[in-house]
Amino acid sequence: MTKKLNHKQKSTARVAISTEKSNGPLLKVEDVFLYFKSATGGLVRAVDGVNFELNPGRSLAIVGESGCGKTSLAKAILRLLPRNVATYKGRILLSGTDIMKFGDERFRHDVRWVKISMVSQAAMNSLNPVMKLKDQVAEPLLIDNRTSKKEAYERAREVFRIVGIPVAFLDRYAFELSGGMRQRSIIAMALIADPLLVILDEPTSALDVLTQANIMNALKKIKKELSLNYIFITHDIATSSELADEVVCMYAGQLVEHSTAERFYRDPLHPYAQKLMASVPTLHVYKKPEFITGQPPSLLNPPEGCRFAERCTKRFERCQKEPPLFAHGDEFVKCWLYERG
Amino acid sequence: MNEVKKVQDNILLSVKDLRTWFELKRWGFLHAGFVRAVDGVSFELGKGEAITIVGESGSGKTTLLRTILGLARATEGEITFNGRRIEGQKEHDLAWVRSQVGFVQQDPYGALAPFMNVGGVLREPLIIHKMAEDEQEKRIREVMGEVRLVPVENFIRRYPHMLSGGQQQRLVIARAMILHPSMIVADEPVSMLDASVRVEILELMRKIQDAHNLSVVYITHDLSSVRYFSERVFIMYAAKMVEKTDVQEIVKNPLHPYTQALLKAIPDPEPENADQFRDIPSGEPPNLISPPEGCRFHPRCPQVIKGLCDVDEPPEFEPSPDHFVECWLYK
Amino acid sequence: MQNWLARLKGLRRYPSLIAGIVISVIFIAISIYAITAIPYSEAVRLWRAGPGVWDENPKNAGPVWLDLFTEGKSPRTIVVSSGDTGIINEEATGNGTKRVEIVLPFQYDYDGFPKELKLYTVAKYSGSREPTTISWQTPDGRIIILRENYFLKPDDAYYISQDAELRAQLSGMTPHIGLFADPNDEEKPLKGEYRLTLATEVPETADVSTRLVAAGQLHGWAGTDHRARDLMIALLWGAPIGIMFGVLAAIGAQVSTFILSAIGTWFGGKLDRLFQWLTQVNLVIPVLPLLILVAHFYSRSIWTMLGMVIVLNIYSASYLTYRAMYLQAKEAPYIEAAQAYGAGNNRMVFRYLIPRIAPTLLPQFILIIPLFVFLEATLSVLGLGDPLIPTWGKVIYNAVDEGALYKGYYYWLVEPAVLLLLMGVGFALIGYSLDRIFNPRLRSL
Repeated sequence: MTKKLNHKQKSTARVAISTEKSNGPLLKVEDVFLYFKSATGGLVRAVDGVNFELNPGRSLAIVGESGCGKTSLAKAILRLLPRNVATYKGRILLSGTDIMKFGDERFRHDVRWVKISMVSQAAMNSLNPVMKLKDQVAEPLLIDNRTSKKEAYERAREVFRIVGIPVAFLDRYAFELSGGMRQRSIIAMALIADPLLVILDEPTSALDVLTQANIMNALKKIKKELSLNYIFITHDIATSSELADEVVCMYAGQLVEHSTAERFYRDPLHPYAQKLMASVPTLHVYKKPEFITGQPPSLLNPPEGCRFAERCTKRFERCQKEPPLFAHGDEFVKCWLYERG
Repeated sequence: MNEVKKVQDNILLSVKDLRTWFELKRWGFLHAGFVRAVDGVSFELGKGEAITIVGESGSGKTTLLRTILGLARATEGEITFNGRRIEGQKEHDLAWVRSQVGFVQQDPYGALAPFMNVGGVLREPLIIHKMAEDEQEKRIREVMGEVRLVPVENFIRRYPHMLSGGQQQRLVIARAMILHPSMIVADEPVSMLDASVRVEILELMRKIQDAHNLSVVYITHDLSSVRYFSERVFIMYAAKMVEKTDVQEIVKNPLHPYTQALLKAIPDPEPENADQFRDIPSGEPPNLISPPEGCRFHPRCPQVIKGLCDVDEPPEFEPSPDHFVECWLYK
Repeated sequence: MQNWLARLKGLRRYPSLIAGIVISVIFIAISIYAITAIPYSEAVRLWRAGPGVWDENPKNAGPVWLDLFTEGKSPRTIVVSSGDTGIINEEATGNGTKRVEIVLPFQYDYDGFPKELKLYTVAKYSGSREPTTISWQTPDGRIIILRENYFLKPDDAYYISQDAELRAQLSGMTPHIGLFADPNDEEKPLKGEYRLTLATEVPETADVSTRLVAAGQLHGWAGTDHRARDLMIALLWGAPIGIMFGVLAAIGAQVSTFILSAIGTWFGGKLDRLFQWLTQVNLVIPVLPLLILVAHFYSRSIWTMLGMVIVLNIYSASYLTYRAMYLQAKEAPYIEAAQAYGAGNNRMVFRYLIPRIAPTLLPQFILIIPLFVFLEATLSVLGLGDPLIPTWGKVIYNAVDEGALYKGYYYWLVEPAVLLLLMGVGFALIGYSLDRIFNPRLRSL
């Protein structure tokens, strides 16, 4: 399974992914399942059959409440799995190549951080306190001798410029930087290997409002300049709209809606998404927020049929069976109300 | 009790020029400066009134709250609660305040002792304040009904980890109310809850406030939710209160440049956001050990008046009725 | 509570815990047996090995299961007494006395020689004593006179093995070998029926009884020591003593540490600093030398030792461990909430802080028990143990003192050592598994 590729094979493999950049979707997630073994012996169905596509140049926001599986989905894409995995299957096609089939070593060498990188929640607190920033930021390039030291440091300077940190800070240590700057260094680290896709998992939830907005500005700038694709995971609906061209909404481990930003934030399709949007307090426009009664089902023992049915005001008899993902124009909804498309 | 005559009857809490400074010691004994967590805050809270204090982390809002509660010691200034001065008092003399002020914390699970069940948690304050046993049972049921942790039998023996986030927070609210307080202080009461549950809890708190004519002090960093909490909002920045007004006013007519920046920085969920850059000042809030000279926001302020804002601290101005701001622009 | 029950069910996933519990249960069972079958006063009496207590035991005999490792059958102890299998012939002489002849027959089928031969005779009567003859008959019919013209004492103990004249008579062979040796192959004993005959004349009303003890090479399940004491007593009693010492010391020390740590950490400031200073000073004090001093100059009683061990272990390293946990627990929001609704210091420490950390007390407590068990054993091995009580440490002390390893009495040293080890392992297995159960961070899925 983990076959070490020889030098010739490695370079061919890298070529294999990048040339197909322009045709078809950038990322295609097909029937991906990720189940964990829980401490008490049950099965936590964190990602329960997710399907979506992301075209090049489009950014995707994955929204949902805590425990809906969105972070697990990110981990599934980047294969950052804990030890208690029970099931991990499906197809993940990056520019047409199924990276699920890669052995762990090849995945580490060719995909993780090289093609897809990640900025995770409160990563800024995980910076190594005894390494200078330039060594940390350049680290993804320095391991495996992907580039020479000189090139790596040059790249580090470049990405610091892109994220908006004065280059002088490369010689400092993490504790000398403020929260916002540390998070920007993490973003720089994610960009240094020139990936196709950056996954951002709650990148700003630990920061103040103004700092958050500044970082969002930086991310928007980077997106334009580098034509980067983002997958932005958050539970904060308002913030998600800052970077989203398309929105995926998850509930109880499943994808319940995948629509454009225009559709999702104005007039979502799925009843859960509608309720979610209605519960967000707005600052500039007055509206009375609504809440959803009950709570999300446990991922250990999800109910039969549609998982939102017991809290849904629009449920009917069909809902006792699990609905498939229906196409609704360019968009997708997992709800019997849209059976006729 | 003679002080009661001096204070207006409808003001419950009055804070005047409060400062809370923490001393920093190097190597355990060498003085190394102060963390000026609250540095000159004044406001009044009426009976039955709800106010929200908005501030980011490091603005001093949590220390302000803890000073009001008597959990931190005020360095200077006055706090008057129900006509009596409570700043700097010994714990023994503050006992009466404890039953008058309820505290709702941010982390619902952390605020509950994991080894006590619902009944146990609610009984603790009653035992401490020496309520008779049969009355305890009655009061517990009463308060569980109010926060809708019903049927009581179903919940009373449950442990915190058997409750959802929303239920846990409702228990914390119940505990805060159980001694019939006249004021509730809530520190980010919903920020650790899921979006769909937040509204439920906020509505519950409003209902309780109305039913018992309670005064409430909310602390949050989320300006979007302010109008659902209270009528008045106070903005804190770097240990000072920079703007005080009604919630409608603050959205329609923000006066302080910091408030204006906040409003620009907070998005409503709209698809256009992805294409728009936000025009906000860069930089970070100052550290509270050595804040900037003069107005603390001046290094980041787009409307800074050189020679004034960087030299003198602005006093409080009232450019329109009941709208206070600490900014030289409104002299 | 439900929380803990669910955890108990999950115990099945911890084989080490089950193993540890099994071992501990075995030791507890041994302890109960020891205390009931051989009550304390009895154990002390037996261990003191006063005269007459261990007569029938060989000295330094191995345990019977050693036979599995050797060829042939090693001799066990044979006791023949006139009371049961002996044959008594009495004949009145007519002048107020009688001739008594006691024959003690026994079967000897072992492949080795006994360790010792002793003859105990009880001839309590007043008046003059007549000469006694003691003779020995081998299976092949030879008769050897052991003693002639011998005057019996009222409580007579004839150590046949040490009879120098007899040895000379047997051409220099030690009596208990010579009397059994096969004339054709002096390396091997002759198998068959032997008879010892004691003939004497006593007043008519007198009673004579006699008992032959042919002490075996192997005796008992545990063997015997240099004073012929059955080691089983010490091995059995070592369990309850060890457990008692370990558990009481652990309770006395750990529980005090636990509570004092909570108090110190809660009040902080000067009290906390004082306690920490006490701990640091205490850590530097060498416990063992101090115990040795006390044992030497004051008292070696096990209770004194226990008391000192507890006192010296209150402000121990555990204090700092708990302090770290309490410091963290102090930061929990529910503590702040309690302060806000007016909880006093007393309540804070005992109702809110201690219960939070109490689950971790259990594994720590269990893990520290073997420490004290070994400490007690160490004191005994150094010769400072309680002189009255049989403990494992004492046995090791005796064994080392008597040069057990040089003399080949391996069992003497190995048995108590293995038991000590096993007890330590048992507690350690339980302690470490409980640690993993109660401290979720240590759990690995």
